[in-house]
Amino acid sequence: MGVEQKLGNMGAVTLRLEEAVNWARSNAMWPMLFGLACCAIEMMSTQASNYDLSRFGMELMRASPRQSDLMIVAGRVSRKMAPVLRRLYDQMPDPKWVIAMGDCASCGGVFNNYAIVQGVDEVVPVDVYIAGCPPRPEALIHGIMTLHGKVRGEKIKDWK
Amino acid sequence: MSEHVLETAKSIQGRFGVESREFRGDVSLVVPPDQIVQVCQTLRDEFGFNLLAGQTAVDYWPAQEPRFHVIYQLYSMPHSVRIGLRVPVNGNAPSLPTVETVFPNANWLEREIWDMFGIRFAGHSDMRRILMPYDWEGHPLRKDYPLGYEEVQYTFNYDEIDGRKHYAKE
Amino acid sequence: MFDKTEVTLDELRHLVSSRALEGDTVLLNMGPQHPSTHGVLRLLLELDGEVVINVIPDIGFLHTGIEKNMEAKTYEKAAVMTDRLDYLNNLGNNLVYCLAIEKLVDLDVPERAQVLRVLMVELQRISSHLVWLGTHALDLAAMSVFLYTFREREKILDIIEMCSGQRMMATYFRPGGLWRDVPEEFEAAVRDFLKIFPPRIDEYEALLTKNPLFLERTKNIGVLSSEDALRWGITGPILRASNVAHDLRKAQPYSGYEQYEFDIPTHTDGDTYARYVVRMEEMRQSVRIVQQALDRLPGGPVRSNNRKYVPPPRSELGVSMEALIHHFKLWTEGFPVPKEGVYVAVESPRGELGLYLEGDGGPHPYRAYWRTPSFVNLQILPLLSKGHLVADLVALIGTIDIVLGDVDR
Repeated sequence: MGVEQKLGNMGAVTLRLEEAVNWARSNAMWPMLFGLACCAIEMMSTQASNYDLSRFGMELMRASPRQSDLMIVAGRVSRKMAPVLRRLYDQMPDPKWVIAMGDCASCGGVFNNYAIVQGVDEVVPVDVYIAGCPPRPEALIHGIMTLHGKVRGEKIKDWK
Repeated sequence: MSEHVLETAKSIQGRFGVESREFRGDVSLVVPPDQIVQVCQTLRDEFGFNLLAGQTAVDYWPAQEPRFHVIYQLYSMPHSVRIGLRVPVNGNAPSLPTVETVFPNANWLEREIWDMFGIRFAGHSDMRRILMPYDWEGHPLRKDYPLGYEEVQYTFNYDEIDGRKHYAKE
Repeated sequence: MFDKTEVTLDELRHLVSSRALEGDTVLLNMGPQHPSTHGVLRLLLELDGEVVINVIPDIGFLHTGIEKNMEAKTYEKAAVMTDRLDYLNNLGNNLVYCLAIEKLVDLDVPERAQVLRVLMVELQRISSHLVWLGTHALDLAAMSVFLYTFREREKILDIIEMCSGQRMMATYFRPGGLWRDVPEEFEAAVRDFLKIFPPRIDEYEALLTKNPLFLERTKNIGVLSSEDALRWGITGPILRASNVAHDLRKAQPYSGYEQYEFDIPTHTDGDTYARYVVRMEEMRQSVRIVQQALDRLPGGPVRSNNRKYVPPPRSELGVSMEALIHHFKLWTEGFPVPKEGVYVAVESPRGELGLYLEGDGGPHPYRAYWRTPSFVNLQILPLLSKGHLVADLVALIGTIDIVLGDVDR
């Protein structure tokens, strides 16, 4: 309020570029539909009416990687699926973030065998890990808010 | 136990000379590999076992020869009974005639057995891998295939595993 | 390490028609990541314009190696992996596993546990059909049904969480009965759910059943005759919609199902609309079963007393030496199971879910083969989709009701 008076009601507000861009990026992140297994059902529950994700700006899950900036890897990634995951990650334009949702995406989970990649961070760089098998919708929302906090704290020299 | 199953088992035993086993009410017949298609055809046409509920294999290496037992589970809808068939197959280039002509849904079931155990089915229309990647080597469910267990990262070996684990950057 | 290898046309030559090899038809990849494939299913389509000539499903993108992993664990630990197979029907998978172990070692299950098992499995069936309805309608562009069904599903998940502590992967059924008794709020919660749910089914039907858009997209799409269904080994609502009244709950009852009164809905048409009608009616019948189970719930223990297989309660450990020995043996080593194989099957919301379990005389399963309904039912997708448009393919994948965890194991 004081700022407007000082500037003589010109209708201009000053703030740092970092804050503005980070605020815009975090409030309108569009997730890509990457539900693989059971965690996908909890992700769908989070999107649905009881725990609503649209209040965080994630109204739709875009199916195309070219139009999304957040990839929530929800579910177990098998060795056959890993190249597909990498290719989709490469197709997303910058800036992009990855959330590893659930135990299987974070570290292989219950399945320590020939068929499952032990942690999706072997394939793509991960920003936030969410534990749980499957994580509750509240846990997923907490993870998303942690990511928002991380994005708000980014510096200009870290931008891609 | 149902009368129909006992009669069926006795009749198949008489006709094809197979032995029969029973455990907790389930009857299973041990059939030699070259007769499996005729036995399935007879069971489907004459005795009403019209559903191939499941088909799989078990690996008895190294304890028993022959190494593989291919197991068929048949279900009869008119009589609501089940019967199982066991076919011993040996481990050296194992091969078996396909029952796809009798039960079309054996298509994917036999592809899975090829993928997981390496047992070929002669006469199958589409013998390719189904669950593992196309260029995978080995047959995972055999007993001499390793589980692929990777060392778990606890606090005492955290740094050591951190150093050698392949993390993706960008 | 993660380069993609492609399957070439040479390897698929025997599956595509000759027009594809000349370049007359288009080969399109409906990839593993797609909004309408309900998971990671890859379809190779051969198209003539918009019309589908052939569909080649490519599965295995969610293969988890559960069968081999179960061989490396004891029976108690492997129970945790069973929930994650068909992840919409967790308690149903648990039930098959427990029935197989109980048949192998001849373990008794008390009456209260059997009634509670039926109750929870029917609630799980309703929740699985709700997810089916929500996603199927979402694919056909009826988005509000998705939001409504998930609202009801939250109530069922609350009930399951109340009993077992986990919303989805409950592992609530153990060999010999249940893990622990249901809390006091259970009965009130279930009665409350039973009161509000039947009008909600009417709400979904009011949105879809006579809707001309829905009828256009589902009538005469994917007609499956009863002979074809029987030849291809189809079970579950797909078979019942093709006019074959077969349900394992009536044909080979387990866990006391013969004591409940319910109908098996069938339909004569065999198209997508018929499968929709059958599943809606199944939800109503499940409500009936839950009502009967709740009314007849007896008192008593919820787990067997056979200490060779069931760990003793902690209160006994301080008092009895035998209980301590049993506890030690069961938690460090596990219980032994004879060297025989049994096959047990139940009726899951998708069809016949069966487990062939073979013991090895010790505490580890020797072979656990899961006969999953989605794996067998997915084989008819090429048959159903011949001659239909690409947009109908989306409706067909939804109507077969596949769960990729079931298909790939």
